[in-house]
Amino acid sequence: MSELTLRPAGDITPMPGIDMTTRLASVTFPNPVFTASGCAAAGQELDQFFDVAELGGIVTKSIMMAPRSGRATPRMAETPSGMLNSIGLQGPGIDAFLDKDLSWLSHRGARAVVSIAGGTVDDYAKLTAKLRGRPGLAMIEVNISCPNVEDRGQVFACDPHASAAVIQAVKRAAPTGVPVFAKLSPDVTDIVSIAQACVGAGADGLSLINTLLGMVIDTDTLRPALAGVTGGLSGPAIRPVAVRCVWQVRQALPDVPILGMGGIRTGLDALEFVLAGANAVSVGTTVFGDPRAPVRVLDELARALADRGFERFEDAIGLAHKPPVIHVPEGPDPVGDEPTPNEHRPVSFEGEA
Amino acid sequence: MPVQVQGEVLSIRKVGAYNAMTVVAPGMAELTRPGHFVAVQVGGPESSMLLRRAFAIYDVKERGVYGGTVEFIFAVHGKGTAWLAARRPQDKLDLVGPLGKPFRLPAQPVTATLVGGGYGSAPLLPLATALRERGCRVDFVLGAGSADRLFGQLDAKRIASSIEVTTDDGSLGHRGRVSDVLPQLLDRTGAEVVYACGPMAMLKAVSEQAAARDLPCQVAVEESMACGIGVCMTCVLPVVGDDGLTRLVRSCVEGPVFLGDRVRWNDIGSLPPDVVGSLNAAGGGH
Ligand SMILES: Cc1cc2nc3c(=O)[nH]c(=O)nc-3n(C[C@H](O)[C@H](O)[C@H](O)COP(=O)(O)OP(=O)(O)OC[C@H]3O[C@@H](n4cnc5c(N)ncnc54)[C@H](O)[C@@H]3O)c2cc1C
Ligand SMILES: Cc1cc2nc3c(=O)[nH]c(=O)nc-3n(C[C@H](O)[C@H](O)[C@H](O)COP(=O)(O)O)c2cc1C
Ligand code: FES
Repeated sequence: MSELTLRPAGDITPMPGIDMTTRLASVTFPNPVFTASGCAAAGQELDQFFDVAELGGIVTKSIMMAPRSGRATPRMAETPSGMLNSIGLQGPGIDAFLDKDLSWLSHRGARAVVSIAGGTVDDYAKLTAKLRGRPGLAMIEVNISCPNVEDRGQVFACDPHASAAVIQAVKRAAPTGVPVFAKLSPDVTDIVSIAQACVGAGADGLSLINTLLGMVIDTDTLRPALAGVTGGLSGPAIRPVAVRCVWQVRQALPDVPILGMGGIRTGLDALEFVLAGANAVSVGTTVFGDPRAPVRVLDELARALADRGFERFEDAIGLAHKPPVIHVPEGPDPVGDEPTPNEHRPVSFEGEA
Repeated sequence: MPVQVQGEVLSIRKVGAYNAMTVVAPGMAELTRPGHFVAVQVGGPESSMLLRRAFAIYDVKERGVYGGTVEFIFAVHGKGTAWLAARRPQDKLDLVGPLGKPFRLPAQPVTATLVGGGYGSAPLLPLATALRERGCRVDFVLGAGSADRLFGQLDAKRIASSIEVTTDDGSLGHRGRVSDVLPQLLDRTGAEVVYACGPMAMLKAVSEQAAARDLPCQVAVEESMACGIGVCMTCVLPVVGDDGLTRLVRSCVEGPVFLGDRVRWNDIGSLPPDVVGSLNAAGGGH
């Protein structure tokens, strides 16, 4: 009657016959499902529910130079199919992170995607330099949705020049062979121009998208629900915005790898991102309600691909940009085979181009 | 280590203003200690409510006719708990638990006072049983807004040496708050340890009254939680560590049970400048 779902690693078997590997710039990952920064800490807690080495990668909570308290509480409000958060980048600082978290991930055999965040271009360069020579580091994700303290708190990701300056500094300091992904904010007029600026500055790929700025007012206290007043909206509520961002950026930059995210809850949600142009996906907020979600999404994605006749995950990337495939049997050979009685000829209707 | 279980509702019944729900959840009971909590998915698979709801575990049975069960007591508060109250036997329910750090039990057979506010008595009843099994004397103070919001007086009476009841409206027991009767009770019984669970304001008052008598006091807090498993950092509160420094710590994994004198009650919901890494108001990002 009741079915027990314990942790056992490896109980999710990707569909046989499907090659789930995906390449993000110079690195090939065994599969395209990752965690999202800030939604998986550094993997230890989720490892109680599944083997973190089974995912494509673990994207760690954005880390800063110094230990940081984050904001006051309340820090979250649930919203329809989403949530608002205002954590304020609480974290132990890069040194403690490297000693405790990154070394644990490396030990565990997981591929770590380290997310970094700073208040100045120099912070980002220093953080990147600290990552050199660290085992387990597969990729760097640069969270540029942070206020630039040298520019009146203007968020880097909202300005193509500031975004480019950060990415350039990170690329200079980055270890060779470790791709640098810029993580963009959807709260801009034209995400493509920010994407182009980042790629122009050397970004090896793009993570799309960060949260959308939102707000909730508590009608009992008559005050904003969050201590930080505004917060980042995430979850399925933002999925169509995220898919649109991936689509637009894929169209403008056909060869730049994209890590897509925003409200992925199922394998079919992940497939939407892939069809829009994502080379891999992150599962974020869904983990809060379902700690096993990343491995479940991986399994469901593999099945969804198999159901649609794919043999390789990579064949599905960006497919929605291609003209529709119309499954009409080929017409009679010009040399002149008789059509067999139950074969259909293509039919056209009046007014068709 | 917590487990995620596709459970099945065994029973749901009204207990005064609350609901008592028992769920068949194999594998969870044997891991559970008093003070642990369980996180419940609400609204079904297509629910627009993404986050789990946390409830203190009241009772567990390792096995029975139906396999291991977990029971919790809940008040209808908003949409999620309203949905939960409408579940019926055999409905499926996804649980994660046991979560958090449970109450620590004294090594000696001491005299313990347990203070529960509203449904906060739920985790204290199994705690009382565990203390009695260790030869401890247990005295209860249970308080609530009104008589129908008291939970477990009969159980408490059976387990404990004494029980005092307070209600805000005077519908049962002493009219007033638990903190009105607690000091005399601590002195009269010669209490050596205090345990409490209930609203934050009550926990603060109990912690202060225990601290004034130099009594170790463990409290189970209730902070708003998004994940319950330690990955999101929403559930933090300012707690003084062994090194004397205050940090914002996660109540879901480092709590919900804390030492009452380590929690900086007056600073909950603000950001004291002496917190490690304190962010000044200009900081940002998420
Ligand atoms: C460790 C712990 C133990 C708890 N034990 C019990 C218990 O034994 N019995 C009981 O009745 N309640 C308990 N609560 C409170 C219970 O979790 C909330 O009443 C419940 O989450 C409200 O959900 P809702 O959808 O009805 O309310 P809504 O207000 O619609 O919930 C919206 C969001 O806010 C969160 N939230 C709202 N109120 C609270 C609250 N008081 N505490 C934490 N999160 C909240 C919800 O989880 C949800 O994410 C406990 C909370 C915690 C953290
Ligand atoms: C609680 C919380 C904390 C987050 N912290 C970070 C962070 O530190 N760095 C970052 O780049 N993104 C952070 N994000 C954004 C997510 O990584 C992700 O981009 C976003 O939530 C959209 O995906 P989702 O809907 O799957 O969560 C956070 C999101 C949430 C909900
Ligand atoms: S609720 Fe997510 S860290 Fe505690």
